[in-house]
Amino acid sequence: MIEIENIYKSFDGKTVLNGISGKFEQGKTNLILGASGTGKSVLLKCIVGLTQPDQGNIYYDSREFTTASKDLKIEIRREIGMLFQGGALFDSKNVQENVMFPLDVLTKMPLDEKLDRVNFCLRRVGLEDTNSKMPSEISGGMKKRVGIARAIVNSSKYLFCDEPNSGLDPQTSILIDNLIKEITEEYSITTVVVTHDMNSVMEIGDNIMFLHKGDKLWEGNNQNIVHSDVEELNNFVFANKMMRSLKEKS
Amino acid sequence: MFVANIGKYFMFLGSLFTNRESFSTYFKLTIEECQLIGINSIVLVAIVSSFMGAVTTLQTAFNLVNPLIPDYVISLVVRDMTILELAPTIIALIFAGKVGSSMASGLGTMRITEQIDALEVMGINSSSYLVLPKVLASVLMYPLLVILAGILSMVGGYLVGVFAGIISPSDYIYGIRFDFNQFTVLFALIKSFVFAFLVSTISSYKGFYTSGGALEVGIASTQAVTTSVIAILFADYFLAQLLL
Repeated sequence: MIEIENIYKSFDGKTVLNGISGKFEQGKTNLILGASGTGKSVLLKCIVGLTQPDQGNIYYDSREFTTASKDLKIEIRREIGMLFQGGALFDSKNVQENVMFPLDVLTKMPLDEKLDRVNFCLRRVGLEDTNSKMPSEISGGMKKRVGIARAIVNSSKYLFCDEPNSGLDPQTSILIDNLIKEITEEYSITTVVVTHDMNSVMEIGDNIMFLHKGDKLWEGNNQNIVHSDVEELNNFVFANKMMRSLKEKS
Repeated sequence: MFVANIGKYFMFLGSLFTNRESFSTYFKLTIEECQLIGINSIVLVAIVSSFMGAVTTLQTAFNLVNPLIPDYVISLVVRDMTILELAPTIIALIFAGKVGSSMASGLGTMRITEQIDALEVMGINSSSYLVLPKVLASVLMYPLLVILAGILSMVGGYLVGVFAGIISPSDYIYGIRFDFNQFTVLFALIKSFVFAFLVSTISSYKGFYTSGGALEVGIASTQAVTTSVIAILFADYFLAQLLL
């Protein structure tokens, strides 16, 4: 489980995160939801340590992260897998080398074991027989799946996904969403997904945190999000006419 | 701003040597970089240095109009200019343009496509993992390129001098060997180590801290070359003042 307490972050005097607290539970798909520019990605970067929060604490299974020693930070980071918005695959490496990379650098596993593990992870994300393809030769959806395979190859305890559906068609988005949910439940990972995609919310949102202009306005799940009385959340969820008319009818 | 950048540059240099990965990881990466930085630069260095020697021979001969000055002075001038300045410094400027811009744009692209963030999230010291092999490979390969450039420059001068009838082969060889000071070779090698370090670290620094998009990668690449060239010229002056 990951806990965050009173996270504050400002850039050039502009507050981006205003005292965010919350819990991300193990074995569940935890969503950070909000419109563009509300601080979702900044919060994610604070949690994984790519950005230092101005104030606040982050606990990975009760291990404090923000003020942790360098060694503890590295230890925790080696338990983290992350899927970036664009996949962040290494251009100079093929699919197999990309997925094997954490094992190459962080473990002393023999080559045949590493290959077995890589092939297992690629099969798990539905990408058998793509080992020798370069990132430039595969589609956006495939890049995301390779990113997921790389994130889980080292048996990560925590999985972070930054807008996993950006730039994908609705069908592929659902495929990626379901893959994230299945992997989360299968390996009992603590998964945190940053999104503004309502399809994802309805599909995989076990635990949802809604951010608006740097504040946490609501917390719940995909069952009760449509019944919220928070105006900003309703404006976000029922942003289009069809959804609004459906809500009015119900 | 300038002082802040200098401070950030030295902190960046410090980060190359902390939380390193295993020796075998660096060994493999350094060999790969040696290929990219050294082997792939041989053709360009060979062409530039051969013409450099040829043109120096022609221009020296053009200026030596006094019949009292013996012909072998031409190759003596070519030798000293090549070893002291042309091979280490002019090739360093070429090196900054070819290798430095490639390092900056490569790292800049990795930064804006979140590949560097991916390394950091995995708990890998990205600056050390990505930059240290480049610095090591540069420091290993650039002196070899300078030696090659020095030899080819003198060979270029010989070919032009002899085939254009400017100087006889024996006079050219005599001038090359005349009153040779071995320290000039050591001086050229010291310069090449310093220039290689400056080009690789400055270019990597510029690329590593790129933010934005494709436009900024281009800007970082240009800045890497400009700053490296200025640093080379300053270092050239200080080393000459200090060691000669």
